[in-house]
Amino acid sequence: MPRIEIDELRCKGCALCTIACPKKLIATSEHINNLGYKPAVFEGTEVQCTGCALCAEMCPDVAIKVFK
Amino acid sequence: MQQVFKRPTSLKDVQTHFCPGCHHGTIHRLVAEALDEFGLQKETIGIASIGCSVFLYYYFDIDVIETPHGRAPAVATGVKRARPDRFVFTYQGDGDLAAIGTAEIIHAANRGEHISVIFVNNTTYGMTGGQMAPTTLLGQKTSTSPYGRKPQVEGYPIRMAELLSGLDGVAFSARAAVNSPKNLMDAKKQIRKAFRYQVEGKGFSFVEVLAACPTNWGMNPIEANERVGREMCEFFKLGTFKNTAEL
Repeated sequence: MPRIEIDELRCKGCALCTIACPKKLIATSEHINNLGYKPAVFEGTEVQCTGCALCAEMCPDVAIKVFK
Repeated sequence: MQQVFKRPTSLKDVQTHFCPGCHHGTIHRLVAEALDEFGLQKETIGIASIGCSVFLYYYFDIDVIETPHGRAPAVATGVKRARPDRFVFTYQGDGDLAAIGTAEIIHAANRGEHISVIFVNNTTYGMTGGQMAPTTLLGQKTSTSPYGRKPQVEGYPIRMAELLSGLDGVAFSARAAVNSPKNLMDAKKQIRKAFRYQVEGKGFSFVEVLAACPTNWGMNPIEANERVGREMCEFFKLGTFKNTAEL
């Protein structure tokens, strides 16, 4: 099953991945990371994620890894 | 299961100083991916400019020369002429390339130097505090045009990709954006084409990439990203303006 890994320590919470995901499986979390930002979290299931990598392509901080 | 998206090897695994939602990070990655694709990491000399793009040497795992404000194309000329076997690219912002370095870019382009130029246009001076740049759109408020840019006072925004495409020395000139997955894929292709021009010895190549500057535009990252598509792409049309070798 395709899946993504978000590096929470690198995420600056810009949320560009949340608008890039065609299935809207990524959201901004409520907690704050070590940089002081609210990092993105994957909220879907592996069944829903297609591994299209658009979230990773849009991430300015290369904080997302995609496995397929 | 294998990893289908990972950090390019030409890009160091470090945190960048860019603000949240700044497109510099994305454009850095696209350039690094193109270097990896052509296998150029070991033989590339990057030329950094002044502005937010100044820390190129912290983020790219390649040799980088830092230049005075606007002088990147002049330094690149010297490097490429001294070491024609090396791949040489400059990475400049709009304050650097379109204002302080206008003379350098126009003459390097007109001489048809065998270099590639990545021009990041975010319509403002990012690092120094959001002053008006030559690329600032009409009506746009900046710290030095607080009532909005007026053509009677500050003149019109410069379209660098079109301007340079009018010079005989330029082999390739294009404009792209990274505000949506579709535009980003197109930007990737344009950067690859520009690099191919140099790799195949076909002359001067130039790619303008439209970018967001959420901090200095006073917007959040999502709004700034939308502004690129809504306002910037309207004035700065995306496309290829010159492609002499038709790559």
